[in-house]
Amino acid sequence: MHIEVRNLNKSFGDFHAVQDVSFEIEKGHLIGLLGPSGGGKTSILRMLAGLETPTSGDIIFHGKRVNDLPPQERGIGFVFQNYALFKHMTVYDNIAFGLKVKKQSKEQIRERVSTLVELTGLKGFEHRYVHQLSGGQRQRVAFARALAPEPQLLLLDEPFAAIDAKIRTELRTWLKEMIERVGITSIFVTHDQDEAIEVADEIMIIGKGRLEQKGTPWEIYKNPQTPFVASFIGESTIVEDIKVLKGFDTALSFPGTKALIRPEYIEIGKPGEIRLQSASVNATVKALHFRGSEWMVELLVDNVKLITYRSLEKEVLQPGEQVSVLVHRAYLFNDNDSWIMENSLKVDPMPIHI
Amino acid sequence: MFKCQQTPTARADGLEVISSMNVMFRSKWWSFGFRSAIMLYFIVLIVLPIIGIYSQSVSKGFVPFWESISDPLAWKAVLLTIKLALIATVINVLLGTMIGWVLIRYRFPGRRILNSLVDLPFALPTAVTGLMILLLLGPGSFVGELASKLGFEIVFHQPAIVIAMVFVTFPFVIRAVQPLLEEIDKSEEEASYTLGATKLRTFFSVIYPSMLPGVISGAMLAFSRALAEFGAVVLVAGNIPGKTLIAAVYIFGEIESDNPQGAAAVSVLLLTLSFIILWTVNLIQSRRPVK
Repeated sequence: MHIEVRNLNKSFGDFHAVQDVSFEIEKGHLIGLLGPSGGGKTSILRMLAGLETPTSGDIIFHGKRVNDLPPQERGIGFVFQNYALFKHMTVYDNIAFGLKVKKQSKEQIRERVSTLVELTGLKGFEHRYVHQLSGGQRQRVAFARALAPEPQLLLLDEPFAAIDAKIRTELRTWLKEMIERVGITSIFVTHDQDEAIEVADEIMIIGKGRLEQKGTPWEIYKNPQTPFVASFIGESTIVEDIKVLKGFDTALSFPGTKALIRPEYIEIGKPGEIRLQSASVNATVKALHFRGSEWMVELLVDNVKLITYRSLEKEVLQPGEQVSVLVHRAYLFNDNDSWIMENSLKVDPMPIHI
Repeated sequence: MFKCQQTPTARADGLEVISSMNVMFRSKWWSFGFRSAIMLYFIVLIVLPIIGIYSQSVSKGFVPFWESISDPLAWKAVLLTIKLALIATVINVLLGTMIGWVLIRYRFPGRRILNSLVDLPFALPTAVTGLMILLLLGPGSFVGELASKLGFEIVFHQPAIVIAMVFVTFPFVIRAVQPLLEEIDKSEEEASYTLGATKLRTFFSVIYPSMLPGVISGAMLAFSRALAEFGAVVLVAGNIPGKTLIAAVYIFGEIESDNPQGAAAVSVLLLTLSFIILWTVNLIQSRRPVK
């Protein structure tokens, strides 16, 4: 289903939960609504479902305004954060509920339910009650139940939040595959960027009720359009005083400019390890943390803290050691603007003379 | 259960106390003592009196027992009691479900006061209840006059008995339903809506099944209590034998006229009935697969 949202607003009393959100979603896409908790993601999802009424703005499904349609008539499936399974019903009855409501024949219902049970790998559990299932199984039942009436749009509210970390990764992959196989337009809400990056075709970053940016995970990572997006996606440290970084001097002409630097923008090496000495600055290793597959290195450059990672294959650093640091690029922003800048000294300033 | 709000050391101390208590309770003699005390309590206060009633009822043999309960006044009193108690229970199931629902689901000024008023019938002496009904609905009162103008009587007729029973058993269903309603997850309802179910359908297929155990146990208690009501009813019923004489009042009358065997015979009927209800409800609830 093609979805369009125009200038959507939602206020709860004085609190402006969603502010002027507009977006469009192509049929068959899997979208992740990503943002910090309390940012309005769930409100947007609930408004799409019809469980919440927008204060203003339009929600358009397939070119038809659905603002005034109740959730029953929107043709959506909704997977709740806590699954909201019917406790007094078996797995079978839970999945069959939407079909019974539609007054389908017993035969049709049995067929559809058994297809879904097969699809979700719940075979053999049809006659169990909800309290007899594990978290992962409950999530699959919720998914199957939402899909049973063949909705045009699937909405998932923090679908993995209630599942322990180990199974979560497994379920993510499973869900992505499942949604691809069914081919249904889907939107899910999450506050976990890894989850959004891994599962979604496209991510919408929501912060403080506003849609900050929409795009593929790669686009958002590579080209964040607002400081909020830049700091929310990936790891980063903010450098207030960019004078300490070498190679970004042109940015100094804009007053109040700060730099956001990701660990992967930084290259470190013992003196001599880095080729472009002229572009690098000296730093002290403040601390080292072992992170399983690499070292996380805390650096001090003139009292400004930077964070980067170092391969385990390279020579081990010691706290207090002097190193050279090359900042390849920085995400620069001030009150009016934001842009990505490559280290200007990386290009050898005097290539002709050599 | 210990919540972890205490300081770690206090908690450790608490655990030590618990474990030493556990050791104490685990000792054979303690466990034996506790069990015996409970059994004794149960036997002295419940089993013996019941056996007493049963044996008293057949103390003069089975023929007088049969004569006692086949006395038209006796069985009519029992039947009337059952009939009116059933009506009162049905009224309370409907009203109680609705009131419980409103008190949990809606926020309005005065809700808390109303909620605490629900328990009033438990606290009030039943004779006061009877007097209240008499004064409010009796002859000379506004409602009483209005009713008699419309051609029906309340006080000293069956409606008054039902009203007394409803009043006395009022809190049972409400109090049994409320905790279950509070437990219901709002998102279950929303899930039902997104699956296409109307509000009515959602109420009956999603909400009501969750409330049902409360409704059943509340109704059962209300019915048993209504069967047994004496104080409120005796003041308003008129106690006309065969017409508005209920079982409890009949038993009282039999005792007054020095016929304990007759009283016991009718008591046995009521008691047996209560047992059957209790057993049936237990059976229904044990078949329910969900906790």
